[in-house]
Amino acid sequence: MAKEFDIPVLPTYLEIPELKEGIMDGKGPFKSVQEFQNPLGFPGEKVDNWQQVAIDKMGELKSKYRSVQVFLDSCVKCGACTDKCHYFLGSSDPKNMPVARQDLFRSVYRRHFTFSGKYFPKLVGAKELDDDMLDDWYNYFHQCSQCRRCSVFCPYGIDTAEISMAAREVMDAVGIGQKYCNQILGKALTIGNNLGLPEPALRDTLLDLEEEIEEETGGVAVKYPLDQKGAEILLITPSADFFAEPHIDGLIGYGKVFHQDGVSWTLSSYASEGANFGMFIGSYDVMRKAALRIRKAALDLEVSRVMVGECGHAWRVAYSFWNTLSGVGKGATDEFAQKLQDQLDHRYPQPQHIIEYTHDLIQRGQLSFDKSANDDRTVTFHDSCNVARATNMGGIPGGQFILPRDVIKAVCNNYVDMERSTIKEATFCCGGGGGLLTDDLMEIRVKGAMPRMQALKAVAKNNGVNTLAAICAICKSQFSKVLPKFDFDPYMIVSVHQLVSEAIIMDKPQTAVQKDQQPQTDTDDAKLAETAET
Amino acid sequence: MSVISIFFTALFYISLIVFLVGMARKIHQFWITPVPLKIPTAPTPLTQTGVVMRMMREVVLFESLFKSNKWIWLFGWLFHFGLLLVLIRHIRYFWPGDLPGIFLLTQPFKYAAFAMIIGLVGLMLRRIFVERIRYISSPSDYLMLIMLLIIGASGAVMTFTSNHTDIIMVKEFVSGLVSFNWSNLPTEVHFLVHIFLVFVLMAIFPISKLLHVPGIFFSPTLNQVDDARSKRHISPWALKQEQEHATRLEQTLGKDE
Repeated sequence: MAKEFDIPVLPTYLEIPELKEGIMDGKGPFKSVQEFQNPLGFPGEKVDNWQQVAIDKMGELKSKYRSVQVFLDSCVKCGACTDKCHYFLGSSDPKNMPVARQDLFRSVYRRHFTFSGKYFPKLVGAKELDDDMLDDWYNYFHQCSQCRRCSVFCPYGIDTAEISMAAREVMDAVGIGQKYCNQILGKALTIGNNLGLPEPALRDTLLDLEEEIEEETGGVAVKYPLDQKGAEILLITPSADFFAEPHIDGLIGYGKVFHQDGVSWTLSSYASEGANFGMFIGSYDVMRKAALRIRKAALDLEVSRVMVGECGHAWRVAYSFWNTLSGVGKGATDEFAQKLQDQLDHRYPQPQHIIEYTHDLIQRGQLSFDKSANDDRTVTFHDSCNVARATNMGGIPGGQFILPRDVIKAVCNNYVDMERSTIKEATFCCGGGGGLLTDDLMEIRVKGAMPRMQALKAVAKNNGVNTLAAICAICKSQFSKVLPKFDFDPYMIVSVHQLVSEAIIMDKPQTAVQKDQQPQTDTDDAKLAETAET
Repeated sequence: MSVISIFFTALFYISLIVFLVGMARKIHQFWITPVPLKIPTAPTPLTQTGVVMRMMREVVLFESLFKSNKWIWLFGWLFHFGLLLVLIRHIRYFWPGDLPGIFLLTQPFKYAAFAMIIGLVGLMLRRIFVERIRYISSPSDYLMLIMLLIIGASGAVMTFTSNHTDIIMVKEFVSGLVSFNWSNLPTEVHFLVHIFLVFVLMAIFPISKLLHVPGIFFSPTLNQVDDARSKRHISPWALKQEQEHATRLEQTLGKDE
C-alpha cells in the first residue's frame, strides 16, 4: 500500500540537492489508536481542545528540559546544518533540513512564548499551531531518526533529536501517537520485549539455537540460559537478536564468547528487550518504566554484571540514561538502586557493552581466532548513530569508534573504513532509526539510506568491500531491507559478533559446560572469581 | 542639553535596562531549567577539563562550524572577531578622563571594522543566494544583518573618511553616560544612526536570536561531561518523581505489575 517512489541514484560524490518543496509531504506513519495509547497514559484520540493542550505541554517541556529551551532560543539560522541530514540529502525536501524541521516547532514556540513572536509574528517567522502545522509536525517529526548528526555540526550543539522528541511527546499528549512505537512499547512494558515474545516461546527459541550451534560446531554445547538465578552476567539484548536475520548470528557470537570465557550468564524473560522505544517518543516516564524492568530482572536474578548486546539506542539509554533512570551504575539513592549497587561488581563498568567485554577478552588473550575464516570478506564498519554520537566504550576518548574496529580487525584480515566524513562522529544514519523502522515509512527509509549507500558504494567499488558490519539491531534490519534497493546483496550486512562467531576457535574443554538451569556450585563460583581477577 | 541629546541619553538608559533585565531573566531561566539526561554530543570530553577546552574551542574558534561549513565559518568568524576588536577599541569612549598608554595598543583595532563588514556582507550574500539558507530565513534574520552592517559601515565612515565626528564630544557624551555627567552629543546623521542602532540592538538582545551568546554556554550537548556510568546525573523533578514512585515500586518489585 506504500506509494510508489523513485529510488535515489547513487552519485559518485555526495551532492547537496536543490530544494524540492513538498516532495515528502504526506500524512506520516500510521497513527496509534486507543488500545496502544491508553496504557502509556496518552489520550486515545485527538482531544477536543488539542491546541491548548499542546501549548501547555510545550510550556511544560521547555521548563523541564534545558535542551529544549536553550535550543529554541539559540538558533541563528546560520545554515550550517542544512546539508547534514541524511533525510534531506536523500529526499531534497527542505523541511528535512534540521533547522527547518526544528522551525516547525520553533515557530509555534515563538508565537506563544516570546515577545517578538506574540507582537511581530511575521517578522520573526512565528506561526500558529493549526491543523496544517500539526500535520507537518506529525509528518516531518517522523522523518527524523534522532541520529544527532546535525548536533555535531551546529556551532551551538543544537540537537534536532531533542526537538523531535519534544514534538512527539506533545503529539502524544494531544492523542496523536505513532502506531509503530506505541504498539511496540505496549508489548515491551507488559510482555517484556518488543516482539511480544512470551517466556515459553523465548525458551523454545533458545533451545533450538543451542541445538543448531551444537550441530554446526560438531558438538560444542554453547548454552543460552534463561532466567538463571545467580548467574554472573545478565545480558540485555534487542529482541530482534532472537529471531531476525542477520541479528541471530550475532547472538550466536555472544554465546560463543561467553562459552569460551567460561563465565556464567543469563537472559531474562521478564526483561528480554534491550531496545527502549520510550526514548524515541521522548517520554522520560515511559523510558524509565522500560528501564526499571531491567533493574528488577537484575535484582531478581541476583547478577553481578549487566551487559548490553548490539543495539544502538539501547546502548545510548543504557550508557547515558540507565544510571539516571534506574541507578544501574553508581550514585543512585533509592532503596532498590542501592541494593543493586551492592550486588553489582564494580570492577567492571556497569552497564558494559558486549563489544567492551569481547574487546577486553581479546586484549587479555583469552580468545583465539582463525582469521582466515573471514577471508572471503572485505569488511567495513557502519558506526550506528546512537553509539557513535551519544555514548562511549572503554572509557577512552573515541572508544566507541576504536573498540568495535579493534574487534573486527582481530577477527578479519580485510578491513576498510568508509570515507571519513561519513563515519565516526559524522556517521550517516542507516535511515531506519528513531522509530522509523516500519513499512509505512519505507519511502523516507530508502531515501534516507542514500548517503550511507553512497559511501558504501565507493568502498565496494574501490576496495572490494562486500561486508557491512554493524552493532545495532535497527541498522541491521534496515540495511537488510534497503541494500537490495541500491543493488547490494542484502546479506552483506552482518553483526560484529557474527564475524567473531565465524573466526572464534572453540577450544574450551567441555567440562566447563554446565547443565541448563542447574544452580551453580561453589567450585564454579570460585573459578569464576578467579577468572574475574585476572 | 539639546532635545536630541536628552532623547539619546534616555534611549541609552532604557536600552541598557531592557538589556540587563532581559538578559538576567533569560540567563536565570536557562540556569534554573533542569537537564534531566546526559546528552553530550561526540566528540565527547570525558573530564571537566575536557569540557572547558571544548567550550573554549567552540567560543573562540567556532570549531563545530569549521567542521560544518568553511564559508559560514570564515564569514562568521571574521564578523565576530572583528566585532570583538572594535568593541575593545570602543572602551576609550567610556573611559572617563585621560587614556592610559595601553590604549595605544588598541589603535590598530580600527581596521577590524573591515573584517566585520566583510563577514557581514558574506553572511548576507549567503542568506540571499544560497537556496537552503534563503529558505530558512525570516525577515528578522535579514534585518539583524542589515542593522549590524549599518552600524559597522557608519562607524567605518566616521573613522576612515573625512566625515569625522567630533571625537571629544563623543567621548564626553559616552563617558558622561557612565558617570551620570550628561552632556550634548554630536549631531552628524551617521553618528546618530550608528548610536541609535547600537542602542536598539542592545534592547532587542534578550528577545532575539542574539540569545545564542548566553545559549552556547548552557547548551547541554556541549557543556556536559561524558561520565554517565560513573557519576549519577539526575534532575530535581526526576528525583522527586522517583521518590514518589518508590512506595509503589516496593509493592511491585519482585512481582509482575
